[in-house]
Amino acid sequence: MTGVIRHLAAGVDRWLFRLRPGEPLPVELVQRRIFVLPTAAGLAFAATLLTLLIASINYSLSLGYAFTFLLAGAGASSIVHAFRNLLGLRLRPTAAEPCFAGEPLRVTLAVENPAHRPRPALRATLGGGIATPFTIPPAETVYLMVARPTERRGRFPLGRLTVETTYPLGLIRAWSLATPDFQAWVYPAPEADPPPLPTLPSPGPGTPSGRFGHEDFSGFRAHRPTDSPRHVAWKIYAREGPLVIKEFAGGEGGELALRWSDLPAALDLEGRLARLTAWVCEADRLSRPFCLALPGLEIPTDLGPAHTRRCLEALAAFRA
Amino acid sequence: MDTAARHTLLQGQQAWLWVSAATTLAPHGPYLPPWLGVTLLVLMAAQAWRLWRLALPPPRWFVALLAVAAIAGVLATYRHFFGKDPGVALLAVLLVLKLIEARNPRDGLAAVLLALFLQTSQFLNGQSLAIGALALVGALLALGTLANLQVVAPPRPTLRLAGALMLQGLPFMLVLFLLFPRVEGPLWGMPADAFSARSGLSDRMSPGAISELVRSDAIAFRAEFRGPPPPPHQRYWRGPVLHRFDGETWHPGPDQFLLQPNYQAEGPAFPYQLTLEPHQRTWLLAMDFPADGLPFARYTADYRLVTRQPLRTRQRFDLVAFPETSVGRELPADALAEFLQLPERGNPRTRALGRELRGRGNPEAILAAAMAEFRRSGLVYTLRPPLLTGDTVDGFLFDTRRGFCEHFASAFTFLLRTAGLPARVVTGYQGGEINPVNQILEVRQSDAHAWSEAWLPGRGWIRVDPTALAAPARTEGNLARALDPSDPIPFMWRSDGSWLRHLRHQWDALNNHWNQFVLGYTGERQLALLSRLGFDAPDWRNLAWLLVAGVGGLFGALLLWAHHRSPPKDPAARAWDLFCRRLARAGLPRLPWEGPLAYADRAALRWPDLAAEIRAIARDYTRLRYGAEVSTTGLKPLHRRIHRLKPK
Repeated sequence: MTGVIRHLAAGVDRWLFRLRPGEPLPVELVQRRIFVLPTAAGLAFAATLLTLLIASINYSLSLGYAFTFLLAGAGASSIVHAFRNLLGLRLRPTAAEPCFAGEPLRVTLAVENPAHRPRPALRATLGGGIATPFTIPPAETVYLMVARPTERRGRFPLGRLTVETTYPLGLIRAWSLATPDFQAWVYPAPEADPPPLPTLPSPGPGTPSGRFGHEDFSGFRAHRPTDSPRHVAWKIYAREGPLVIKEFAGGEGGELALRWSDLPAALDLEGRLARLTAWVCEADRLSRPFCLALPGLEIPTDLGPAHTRRCLEALAAFRA
Repeated sequence: MDTAARHTLLQGQQAWLWVSAATTLAPHGPYLPPWLGVTLLVLMAAQAWRLWRLALPPPRWFVALLAVAAIAGVLATYRHFFGKDPGVALLAVLLVLKLIEARNPRDGLAAVLLALFLQTSQFLNGQSLAIGALALVGALLALGTLANLQVVAPPRPTLRLAGALMLQGLPFMLVLFLLFPRVEGPLWGMPADAFSARSGLSDRMSPGAISELVRSDAIAFRAEFRGPPPPPHQRYWRGPVLHRFDGETWHPGPDQFLLQPNYQAEGPAFPYQLTLEPHQRTWLLAMDFPADGLPFARYTADYRLVTRQPLRTRQRFDLVAFPETSVGRELPADALAEFLQLPERGNPRTRALGRELRGRGNPEAILAAAMAEFRRSGLVYTLRPPLLTGDTVDGFLFDTRRGFCEHFASAFTFLLRTAGLPARVVTGYQGGEINPVNQILEVRQSDAHAWSEAWLPGRGWIRVDPTALAAPARTEGNLARALDPSDPIPFMWRSDGSWLRHLRHQWDALNNHWNQFVLGYTGERQLALLSRLGFDAPDWRNLAWLLVAGVGGLFGALLLWAHHRSPPKDPAARAWDLFCRRLARAGLPRLPWEGPLAYADRAALRWPDLAAEIRAIARDYTRLRYGAEVSTTGLKPLHRRIHRLKPK
């Protein structure tokens, strides 16, 4: 039953709101994609005016007619004001912070106001998220954060972005829907209480016994863009030296091997991904180099945010 | 809306609500029962104090208690909840209590809607220009309050927004007002007290009845004569005719309705249009004596015109008056008997005088003697007659000798009856004033009058104005001069030739326009407007079509306005905007994040031959727009440069 409703709703979206998966950026709010309907307050206002009109007819109150019609006219013009408050805005998601399934997905949205008038009392909503209120000064662009809940891992389009306003009187809601062409990563939710990192050191040659030299400094190497800022030798940089990275040897066992095949057979697919995710995060936190081996995919040992991200994306996208 | 409803109202939003409510409540003050008026005043003051001091709102149980008490009070005052007065009282109570307990924008909306109801019920008390202007202010404040519930802003921008909405609503109002099909009300029975606030003549007369009315400056009716108006001494507008006297009060006789008048119109005719203010009665106050064949009215045996329904709204009538008609020449003796009725006893001195007059024999001589008696006896015309009890006629004629027109008419009629002459009292209006601005005769409540009619064999009913005998200036239209010099004359009362008088004429002429074209706009006029627009047989379908087309057209115009790209306010920014549009048309739009200098650099790469010029424009613009010194001298060269620039 809910499936049917969802299907119908999707049909309405496509037909009425002309939603397409992935619209090119920026999405401009042109006339045909702005919709207006009265709010609950607007309906109450209309009911009041209707009552006043009936009273004016009954008592033949010319001024009553005039008063009612004036308010109705102001209400009608507020429809156009609401519409105009959205008209011409350009939406462009600029960045989506990857998140773990179950956490809110936060997206930075740039909204440009090309007109030379302010746009007050706007609200943006992503999917079923909480609305973000904002205002744009004349001819400016604002950056705001919209968030929506996530459930499953994977790489998803942002979904439905709603920009709405009840300006100026709160009687009319003007809104516009967009499905911008923008993908965001949702990593698997890490296991809540994972077992410790696999202790068996990988049989790498040349690995010194790290029992003593936890985080022993072993030398410098040139900076690579993927390196964590934590390992930059800032003192050297501050003396106007080159940007170099401090390398450490030792640590608890040095390199780690996070392997799908090493996991207990009792764990199901998502459970395995959850544990591997938790371990990747832990290894990243401890700055320990690790490799990740999944069926059909092997990511060699490395360290740093780019490596971590690559591993998490592989886990998010994994299909058995 | 859902999230907005959860917010608490800010002090400024509460203040808007307060001002909006106070503006709609204030004009109702005089019509509310005094205890309620005072209570609401105290509550409003307390609310203002609370807002000022940012004090906590009273607990909910306290507000609920207040509500129960106030509603019980309204019930105790009126004994029911139906009708205008209790309805308005309840609305006022609800509005003030809503104001006190308002916590979120939804409460604010409820208060605004209540204020709109109260504003409309204000029109039941009157629909003057002033009340219209007040309603305009009320609408502005209501819109401002709603706007401020959405976007909290200082008063001035909020008012500007509300004003813009109202200005844009104005054309809608005009179209709807002119074309919305007017249904002649009422759709259902009106409560009896719907228009109770209006005053006018009464259908009986006791001493003091008319002098009370005369203090009112309100317009009773207007008459627009098609030709020259009749002279002042012929301007007698007939209201209730009083037949029976009980020693203190004069009462009307039984109504005898006729389809045609029982007289033959004679003499010069004065056609005119009478615009009557609603007085809740059926009498039409036509000038003596109306022509025959009026479809909208009935004639009575005592020469009045009456309508079939009480006059609940201002109405226009086309009438013709024949002031020189002689009426009632051939009346049978039994029809005259009731005009000789006298109370059993009382007023012995007047009766004695009557018996003395009766000795003259000839009815014409009796009448002449009675008139001479009134002229001679030194009666004083005053707005402040001493209070009379018991033998009121004797008291007036022989003791106090001071009275207003009802004393004169009552005493004179009584005297004629004691002398054996059939007589009666006629009330109505006398005189009126031609407004020099629009040449319309305005008759006010202060022109209310009472006079006598005596019946003479062969001549019929003769009008005698006993007031005019003692104070001739009264019928010449100058009440102020006719009055006893010691009478205090109310401010703005017909003082001669001052600029105030002129101003007042202008104001009355304006009011007449207002009445005729705004308040008097009926279904009939609507169709007349349509036939003037070129419809052959206009009906409501034409109206509906025009209405839809008009509203649609206005909406289209608003949409066009919404699409209009207004240029920036700052002249330098406007120049820069033009520059950007030119380059964009040539194929190089500015990127949203690109500053002027960066954009110029990119454009210079694209058009190397114009590079120097483009860079200069960007430099000038940044200097003019963001530079420390404020100058406008560079604007013109900048504009010229941009206009000369022709990127390909």
